[in-house]
Amino acid sequence: MMDRRSFLKKLLSALALSGGALGGFLRGVPAWGQAKEEPAGKLWGFGVSVDKCIGCARCVVACKTENNVPKEPFFYRTWVERYMIPRTGEAVVTNIHTGLAPEEEIPSRPIFRSFFVPKLCNQCAHPPCVQVCPVGATFSTDDGVVLVNDKTCIGCRYCIQACPYGARYLHPATDTADKCTFCYHRLDRELLPACVEVCPTQARVIGDLNSPASPMTRFKRMNKIFVLKPNLNTEPKVLYANIDGEVR
Amino acid sequence: MKKPLQNMPESALRLVTVFAVFIVGTIVVVKFVIPPRFKDTKIQWADTVKTEVAKPVRYAGAVACTECHDEIVAEKKRGYHRDLSCETCHGPAMAHTEDPDNIKPSAPRDRKFCPVCHTFNPSRPRGFPMINPVAHNPMQACFTCHNPHDPKPPTVPRECSACHGEIARTLSVSHHVQLKCTTCHDVPSRHRVSPRVVKPTKPSSRDFCGKCHGQESPYKGSPKIDLATHGEKYVCWQCHYPHLPEAE
Repeated sequence: MMDRRSFLKKLLSALALSGGALGGFLRGVPAWGQAKEEPAGKLWGFGVSVDKCIGCARCVVACKTENNVPKEPFFYRTWVERYMIPRTGEAVVTNIHTGLAPEEEIPSRPIFRSFFVPKLCNQCAHPPCVQVCPVGATFSTDDGVVLVNDKTCIGCRYCIQACPYGARYLHPATDTADKCTFCYHRLDRELLPACVEVCPTQARVIGDLNSPASPMTRFKRMNKIFVLKPNLNTEPKVLYANIDGEVR
Repeated sequence: MKKPLQNMPESALRLVTVFAVFIVGTIVVVKFVIPPRFKDTKIQWADTVKTEVAKPVRYAGAVACTECHDEIVAEKKRGYHRDLSCETCHGPAMAHTEDPDNIKPSAPRDRKFCPVCHTFNPSRPRGFPMINPVAHNPMQACFTCHNPHDPKPPTVPRECSACHGEIARTLSVSHHVQLKCTTCHDVPSRHRVSPRVVKPTKPSSRDFCGKCHGQESPYKGSPKIDLATHGEKYVCWQCHYPHLPEAE
């Protein structure tokens, strides 16, 4: 029969032992208790210098060729808008087409200033398209690119509606949502995205936002950076430099 | 004491059995029969990344071209088209890199392609070389005058007025019309090649204008002032516009 004193002694020593054992066990499991120290992976970002764009639409043509985007207008992974801002009134925005020479467009009102704005998927850090997808077919990868799983996409077009930048379209051949992937297959082979590759004036830049020495880090350091529709808190990873306040 | 099941009426017991079979069946089907690939979005997303990465590449990238075409690359490096990717004009060339002998990339030789970038368009940034393709040497292919790998205007403008027309017109009605631009401006030869980077000098001292306009000046017919008392500390062109100085 155990008396009270020896019972308490044994209980305490057993507790101490098991505590030590638990601590040793915890040390073997690194992810638990303390944060894992791991170098930050890549985070792809994209830069657009609006003042360099000459509106030649080579990027649009290259993107359509590289990514099997239908040739008809209004199917775009990337596109170029022409802004014409009159002296008074609303800005006139037209989508320039992929045809060889830019179309003759004679504005009816006197134009105050005019420029081209390349657009593409902003690969938001908080993507509305991912939030609304009912089947989890669209998602953000670890390196910050929003992709669409065309095997589970049911073509409901919720994401196309939800995207505040109009960056998605329904691919007529597969009936699934399609969008810019920063040419994910090219990035993986250490090639530039097709639009960046062919841009004749280096208006487009791509790079790793986490790296201290990447074209994007330099782009961010050298320019005043803007994003499209910052009030929506989508935190785009497509950064614009030298952009006009009229651009929406 | 009787078991509770035997207490139940038979109809209720059957109902409970049917429900139990349904619930257990559903759990079994969801847990064990449906493969995890169908349920787990993490696996689906990893698959999507794999299929995305495996997509074919059509644009080989400018680095691939340097392996064989080093002469053209060296020529292009010297000219204004140095930052242009080969595939901007020659089109996607991945197939050409895999089978260089049988598949040749296109080379635009007509008047349609160069104007894609070089037609005058008011939305294009200032300073970008633009022409009116209707009036600019009609019917001639661009490459008869311009080498696309090292494009230059066939004749470099000799007179300053080719670019500085406004100043030339102002000067033509002024007393200084007889003076050459180089009388007052030192023009480095590189100013013709990079006009915005290398700029001509302006007279920086009062003595420079004093060579003609000082009281001791040997020139006749030029208005004379006393440099010691006139204008105090200011350089002359801060008050007088040398391209159109005051009449009297």
